[in-house]
Amino acid sequence: MFSRAYKVTVSLPPVLWGAIFLLVPYALMFAYSFWSVSESQTIVHSWSFANYGELLSKPVYHQTLLRSAWIAARVTLLSLLLGYPVAYLLSFHSGGKKNLLYQLVIIPLWVSYLVRAYAWKTILGTDGVLNTVLQYFHLTHHPLEFLLYSPFAVVLTLTHIYTPFTFLPIFASLEHIPRNLAEASHDLGASRVETFRRVILPLSVPGVLAGATFAFVLSFGDFLAPLLLGGSSGIMISNIVVNLFGASYQWPLGAAISFCMLALVVLLLWVSERLERKWAYS
Amino acid sequence: MGNEPQAAELEARASLPGRNQDSTLLSIRSIAKTFGKHTVLHGISLDVAEGEFLTILGESGSGKTTLLRIIAGFEQATSGEVWMSGGRLDPLPPYRRRVNTVFQSYALFPHLTVEENVAYGPRVAKLPAEEIRTRVGEALAKVRMEGFAKYKPSKISGGQQQRIALARALVNRPKLLLLDEPLSALDANLRRQMQIELKTLQREVGITFIFVTHDQEEAMVMSDRIALLHAGELEQVAPPDEIYSRPATAYAAQFIGHTNLLEAEIRNSVARAGGLSWMVQLPDGRATFSLRPECIRRAQGSDAVSVARFRARVLDHAFHGASELVRVQVGDSQILTVRTADRGRLRGDVELEFDAGDAVPVRGPKE
Amino acid sequence: MGLFMTANSEPRTPKLLAIYAALVFAFLYLPIVVLIVYSFNGQGVGGFPPRDLTLNWYRMLFQDEAIWASVLNSLTVAGASVGIALALGIPAGLALDRANFPGKGIFRRLVLLPLVLPGIITGLSLLMLFREVDLKLSLATVILGHGTALISVATTEVFAGLQKLDRAQEEASLDLGATYLQTFWRVTLPNLKLSIIGAALLIFTLSMDEIAVSFFLIGRDNTLPLEIWGRLRRGITPEINAISTLIFCFSLFAIVLWYRLRTRADDSVAAAELLEVA
Repeated sequence: MFSRAYKVTVSLPPVLWGAIFLLVPYALMFAYSFWSVSESQTIVHSWSFANYGELLSKPVYHQTLLRSAWIAARVTLLSLLLGYPVAYLLSFHSGGKKNLLYQLVIIPLWVSYLVRAYAWKTILGTDGVLNTVLQYFHLTHHPLEFLLYSPFAVVLTLTHIYTPFTFLPIFASLEHIPRNLAEASHDLGASRVETFRRVILPLSVPGVLAGATFAFVLSFGDFLAPLLLGGSSGIMISNIVVNLFGASYQWPLGAAISFCMLALVVLLLWVSERLERKWAYS
Repeated sequence: MGNEPQAAELEARASLPGRNQDSTLLSIRSIAKTFGKHTVLHGISLDVAEGEFLTILGESGSGKTTLLRIIAGFEQATSGEVWMSGGRLDPLPPYRRRVNTVFQSYALFPHLTVEENVAYGPRVAKLPAEEIRTRVGEALAKVRMEGFAKYKPSKISGGQQQRIALARALVNRPKLLLLDEPLSALDANLRRQMQIELKTLQREVGITFIFVTHDQEEAMVMSDRIALLHAGELEQVAPPDEIYSRPATAYAAQFIGHTNLLEAEIRNSVARAGGLSWMVQLPDGRATFSLRPECIRRAQGSDAVSVARFRARVLDHAFHGASELVRVQVGDSQILTVRTADRGRLRGDVELEFDAGDAVPVRGPKE
Repeated sequence: MGLFMTANSEPRTPKLLAIYAALVFAFLYLPIVVLIVYSFNGQGVGGFPPRDLTLNWYRMLFQDEAIWASVLNSLTVAGASVGIALALGIPAGLALDRANFPGKGIFRRLVLLPLVLPGIITGLSLLMLFREVDLKLSLATVILGHGTALISVATTEVFAGLQKLDRAQEEASLDLGATYLQTFWRVTLPNLKLSIIGAALLIFTLSMDEIAVSFFLIGRDNTLPLEIWGRLRRGITPEINAISTLIFCFSLFAIVLWYRLRTRADDSVAAAELLEVA
């Protein structure tokens, strides 16, 4: 139905743009990772594996990588634990209030990331809201130090940010489940809990996978929360990259780490996509 | 109004004519359902006998699906009670009723195989594995789907899915099986075949079936009794032949098969409707009569007082395979439908007749 | 999403689940509530309970020129980003729906990547590109970054909107003598109106809030988030609470608007289908 000219006209501009502003930059980043910096702070196009060698040899890099992965894993788990029940409630038990509740869940998503991270900073500080409240009610006697400038603060903040992110795909996949499947299950003698376990949970797995991937990937690569709230013990891999691109001007090394992150993320997305397709039933 | 079946008689028909009252399985007592401002069911009362094939027949919006869902437990009635085998059914959640449902869209679990779908109920009931295996095998054999045990529902046809849905319900040996328009998604030929299969199956297993449909032919083919539901009220509950030949209301007469509705004035035992007049044994007044097209025939020259004769002009005719439906005009404006097996012979001006007894008085539509 | 499925009469909402969900909602909104409350607090950020209710911080905010300059910058960037993202996202959506070309799968994933990728990677890769071609960092580079990253938003919305569009309408238009361009203008585009507006709203809001990509591509002029960021590095001022509260209010407005548009789109389709059946 659509002529060749039509198809070319609609495809060409986006594809060209994608090539220039997505493909080329990634390729460039890959190239950079093999280059080095001269003493006069210029980029030298000499090809070697030196940067990757540096990454593999110095412990700080893989320590930070592991810490980042561990933080991301906790954020993912917590976000799922918070997001799934809400999605389930909204999808199956919300009556006429479904639209209203849905809007309530995604409003925080639209409120600035920075605003929310900053809000947690004011809450968790030694002079912050939480500490003053606890002391006001005599639940503690001095401010709790670990609340801020720690991995705890980063995990808490990122969970707050990414719970709506896990909610969305889980909700979508739950909505996709025909209502009469739950009825059929009840009809055949299964209670609500059993119906959830045998029918609803298995059918929602693709949504859970998508949400988990989102949460993990985005929190893994986050640099704002650690910078604001992580202190020295909460430094994540992206913070190292930011420093390398800042004053220390070690772009090639930074590019190497970035490219590794890119490769890791793409791998995770690919695995997740395959699994989602395998376990999708509709 | 003239003659109309007394309310009491209607109620007696809704109970079990010619049946032992002790074999009532399900008793629906004044069930009413309102959604917000909209009343879907207005106080329905109905008794269902054990081993009976009852069809709830009605057009969309009649409330038939709502009634079924109340029996299954997916809806709560606004008022009224449902009793089964001497105990109250309505307070129980669906998973504690000995009632199973075959859904209109089958609702097979897409992530389970055919076998696992059928085994679902027994597994939930924690029956021993050996028994589950036996029962599943039996159920699949009964619907002739043994070879498909390991398939996923997405890989089998609609008609096959329907049979699996049936097997999945029957394997639990329920006291009552509810079928919510299960054949509506099938094409005409498959549908006819399944109607016969279902009827045979029901006879074999002896379980009470309540079947919901909007297709009056289907209802007539399969049912022991039909409960005709219209705008949330029961118009008539009777065996198919009785609903057909002695419809209680104008709606019943029109919904099932074709009919001619005659608004008549009765005076001195003669009913007059347009250009027609015939003998009745009813008091003076107005009344509505239903006259089936096949009851009108070519005048045969008999002089019997119980035969009503009239002249008419043929307007058009429609071919219906074994018979023709012919539209004729009596006088200036009265139009009747006549069914005749004489293909092509009713043309132009004709003389027609019908037996006065074939004009059945019915309750007209409520004002 | 089946957001309009009518509720079946579930007899009881599981109490435990409802309480848990309420707690989650509380968690999601706690920081925001604190922020708003303390933006009126006389003592700034510390102290409980809040006292000395004041509009001081808001007053300070309105006199802060740097902030408003950055707001203007953000608006410019967001507006331009919407332009780029739509100009490329609409054809991309059409292409994914109607055209087949080698590498289509890769293209689709490539375009969606910036949405899932941590912003730092998108920002850094573009930074390297601009450096290699000697492009000075400025608001323009930020615009290029945002536009690129947000094309996928436009593409997904347009693609979804196209699924709801009846292909026969376009065929009818061609049949009646309109060219492809005329058909696009008279038939396709009006049908996509709600999708496009929804996408524009979303892109605008995301761009206004964007930090990660902007961080690396910014020149001398700050966008609002980066301006706030700069001040945060130096310490907390309650003025930030005030601007955050204002941002929250705008976001609230935007999202409610977006949602109404979205559901209006679903509504009109549902209404049309209903007419068909009746």
